[in-house]
Amino acid sequence: MTVHRGRGFAAINYPIGMNLGGDPSQALVHSNPDGKFTVALSAIDLGQGMKSVTRQIAAETLGVPIEDVYVDTADSDTGPHDMGSFASRGTHRMGNAVIRASEEARQVMLEAAAEELEVDAGDLVTDGRGNIHVKGAPSRTITTMAAAQAAQFRQGRTIAGRGIFLIPLSEVDPETGEMSPVTTFAHAAMLVTVEVDDETGEVTVTDMQSAYEVGRALNPKLVEQQLRGGAWMGMSHAAWETTEPYYPSRDHGPEDFNTYLMPGPGDLAPHHISILERPAEDGPYGGKGPGEMCANPVLPAVVNAVYDAVGVRIDELPVTPEKVLRGLQAQGGARPRQAL
Amino acid sequence: MAKTPVSFTLNGSPRAAFADPGQNLLEFLRRDVGDLSPKFGCGQGTCGACTVTVDGETHLACLVLAQTVEGRDVGTASGLARGAQLDPLQEAFMDHFAAQCGYCTAGMLISARALLDRNPRPTRDEVVEAISGNLCRCTGYEPIIAAILSVAEGRARA
Amino acid sequence: MRDMTSDGPMVEFRKDLFADERDDNLNEVGKPTRRQDILGHVTGRSPFFDDHLFDGLLHLRCARSPHHHARIRRIDTSAAERMPGVVRVLTGRDVPVNLNTLLSLLDFGLDDEPILSENKTAYRGEPVAAVIAETEAQARAAAAAVQVDWEVLPHVLDVEEAIKPGAPAVLEIYPENKFVYHGKYDHQKLRYGDVDRALAEADHVVEGRYQMSPIEQAPIETCGAIAAPEQNDRYVCYTSTQALFFSLGTAAKVLSMPSSRLHFIGGTVGGGFGGKVDSVHEPLAILGAMLTGRPVKYAWDRAEEMQVGAPRGAERWYITDGVMADGRIVARKFTGYFDAGAYTRLSSYAIIKGVGHLPGPYTIPNVHADVYCVYTNRTPATAMRGFGITGVDFAIEAHMDKVAETVGLNPVELRILNAYRDGDMKAHRRLAKNCALIECAQVVAEKAGVTLSPQMKAASSLRDGGGARAELPRHTATDQEGRVEGFTATSYARKGGGDSPPTTAPPPRPASPPPAASRPSPPAPSQPAPSASARPEPAPEQATKKPARSGAMRFSSLSGFRRR
Repeated sequence: MTVHRGRGFAAINYPIGMNLGGDPSQALVHSNPDGKFTVALSAIDLGQGMKSVTRQIAAETLGVPIEDVYVDTADSDTGPHDMGSFASRGTHRMGNAVIRASEEARQVMLEAAAEELEVDAGDLVTDGRGNIHVKGAPSRTITTMAAAQAAQFRQGRTIAGRGIFLIPLSEVDPETGEMSPVTTFAHAAMLVTVEVDDETGEVTVTDMQSAYEVGRALNPKLVEQQLRGGAWMGMSHAAWETTEPYYPSRDHGPEDFNTYLMPGPGDLAPHHISILERPAEDGPYGGKGPGEMCANPVLPAVVNAVYDAVGVRIDELPVTPEKVLRGLQAQGGARPRQAL
Repeated sequence: MAKTPVSFTLNGSPRAAFADPGQNLLEFLRRDVGDLSPKFGCGQGTCGACTVTVDGETHLACLVLAQTVEGRDVGTASGLARGAQLDPLQEAFMDHFAAQCGYCTAGMLISARALLDRNPRPTRDEVVEAISGNLCRCTGYEPIIAAILSVAEGRARA
Repeated sequence: MRDMTSDGPMVEFRKDLFADERDDNLNEVGKPTRRQDILGHVTGRSPFFDDHLFDGLLHLRCARSPHHHARIRRIDTSAAERMPGVVRVLTGRDVPVNLNTLLSLLDFGLDDEPILSENKTAYRGEPVAAVIAETEAQARAAAAAVQVDWEVLPHVLDVEEAIKPGAPAVLEIYPENKFVYHGKYDHQKLRYGDVDRALAEADHVVEGRYQMSPIEQAPIETCGAIAAPEQNDRYVCYTSTQALFFSLGTAAKVLSMPSSRLHFIGGTVGGGFGGKVDSVHEPLAILGAMLTGRPVKYAWDRAEEMQVGAPRGAERWYITDGVMADGRIVARKFTGYFDAGAYTRLSSYAIIKGVGHLPGPYTIPNVHADVYCVYTNRTPATAMRGFGITGVDFAIEAHMDKVAETVGLNPVELRILNAYRDGDMKAHRRLAKNCALIECAQVVAEKAGVTLSPQMKAASSLRDGGGARAELPRHTATDQEGRVEGFTATSYARKGGGDSPPTTAPPPRPASPPPAASRPSPPAPSQPAPSASARPEPAPEQATKKPARSGAMRFSSLSGFRRR
């Protein structure tokens, strides 16, 4: 028995959002009389952090502390229309809608403050700590709470905003496939190291080195969550998971977690992540959506690494020990390549 | 068949409710007692989302008959905090971004708490072993392991 | 060997790259702020759909087909109705609109899938009846007591077998088990330049076949919904959906009910990964609540989630590359088969998305793709993380390794050499911008100790793109392969006239790819009926014979007004 080490590389890009049918999201933002803001959406947080990233975007745009913003989603009686959380569209589409809604609400807030300070709203800035003051004259200041109270009880203004972001429908040419699939792409590259046991056919991913370009890491820890968890899922797709182990046969389909295999906490490979940020011109603060593309480079990188280790090409996922052993048998044993 | 009264302690407080014959502890806790922190993930004892403690030992609530907790001490994630004072593990999970969708989190915390209660200074391998019955589809486990180790290596439980 | 600290493995931000394109001094954006929902998660208080308690909650379970493909001669629910605890048994007759396709909300595709099948089933696990009972166990027992008289039909499971003449018809409304694109072709085409000529002139031709596996999304929370009568003749629905208005719109359509009578609540979901878009639970749970007057829960158990819940579909890809001796790829040809399973769900759209993605992140002057959405007798496929892209990226990047070996190039350098750069024309005929593939490859090579040549180290996404690389091909070879008759071209795949295709098909039109300037302008969002105007003109001979679309204008909560 010999364990062979190999390295494999892959690079990918990923389209952000969908184009079919038009791709809209809406957001509503309003303030309580004490200057605390509620963002009402119909977006879904299924772990990717939708509530959190829209909260940060709203706070940034409104110019108020994060503690003064709460995101309420998804209640169809109060949240306006949104397509949903899929296609890496949430951050990009909803983020933009939240910016627009927040800009509108901010403008009213500044107008209310301007009336109290007896200045022009265009001369006001927010400090992000709950204060609004005259540009260049920080002593002429009012809190966002005081501005909101004045708006509600003295001036009769509604500190609120509506936002929609729509990527219009892209027609697709039947003859050539000409289309505008999406407005921006995220990028990734991945190099994995594997060990292949030529007696058992087992493949172990021992190291992952990656670079992900995400537009802007709106929250670096949320981005890391996606990249680390997504790359784990990619590793799982590459070497473990299938609902039909002998596809296209429907036999032996797993029905529980004893037979549907995924790597556990004892099967992890160290994953060294580099994050690059090239802002998308139409992304919210340049952000793209890292949540889907993170898994994609791992699958080909693993099969390429297996080839590098033992010379067996696995062109059908997942890379099971059976497929590796059959490949080794067909070629009369391991043929390490070590090309990388 | 008639329902059976079950008296037990939940997170330190005496509780009583009626259980159906054959009813599992997960459904009993959620529907009849009203503690929603243990989650249904598989009903087969393979995912760990319903992990609770019975007399300090971890059990999968979907595999425990409700009637068997009569007179015993059941612990769930709802009881980890002492009032507003969070368990250090809860703080660590927040600090380390150790949850995404949050569905496995309650069970994961129970497994981690039970580990630290019996072994306050576990190694990484011991942490991995302790949570190996708790599936997580979001995080890739690494932040969870890091969060648990940070408590183990740092402060003892208050 | 592990070099991880207690804070986990390394993450680095390469702020040095693209620094002049960013303002890094923002107030809140860019900060590692704690998740808004994290306190709820660690205290077990986050409200998932099943964390809403209802007195008198009923449980719904489906009786399902045990066959890959079978005709239903008769469904007998009388035994099930007599079982203990059973309140009601639903069949297809109880569903107001018992035929749907998810993307009908976007006016894409034909209604093809029953909510509860009445005439035949096309995959193992297809629901034929829904039992509503006092307990989950009673519902399970009664579902097993539903009697169906089956006539087993021949089935087909392989995508390439399914499109051969004489294969069993999985789905009768689409010919030869293939979705119809633009009312015109049985596949989606991508034509850019002249691939066959470029292949003939290339130094090497590299071929490959790749098979992506079907994969389960495997959220730890299974899919489900609880519906209950609300005040004022409305229904509340707590749901695990990933797409609130997709599910609401689907329920409104299937139940023939205005959306104002539906109150959907969700947003806290125990993982989705694409598996919670299909909106199969909400309509049945609400229908159950309507017909029993009580709260009804419909959720999958784990076995259903694994085998009845729609997986990431399998994909088969054939790739042929023409490569010059120096490693430049001059031609790339794809034939792709998406295994949609028994019904369309979202597979037809994934192909559009996938075709727009080809040939991957590389500038290749000649690209050709034929991609088929194929019906087979298996569980319908649906979205999963990377939908439309993950499978073909696996194929492309495994293929790139073969190309690198053929020309004797370092695999990283091959990618950088062929990478797309700012200003390059892409195969879908739009200019590339905001590229960063080269930089990602360089960063990984540096970290992993892969030696790059000075030219490859110096390469940049910002330089050497555009110019000649921005030009459209002088000649693009087009063809009429896969022409389908009897569908109108006014929508992606809408049949003309009524429910059946016209017997006299219009003559095929000669190929005439429209210039870019003829692309329609985007619909104005404020106008209520833009979708029809945003579509290409129907073929004149069809327009004179019959309206492009029949049926009354109907409001879709997702895409606005449209015709039915």
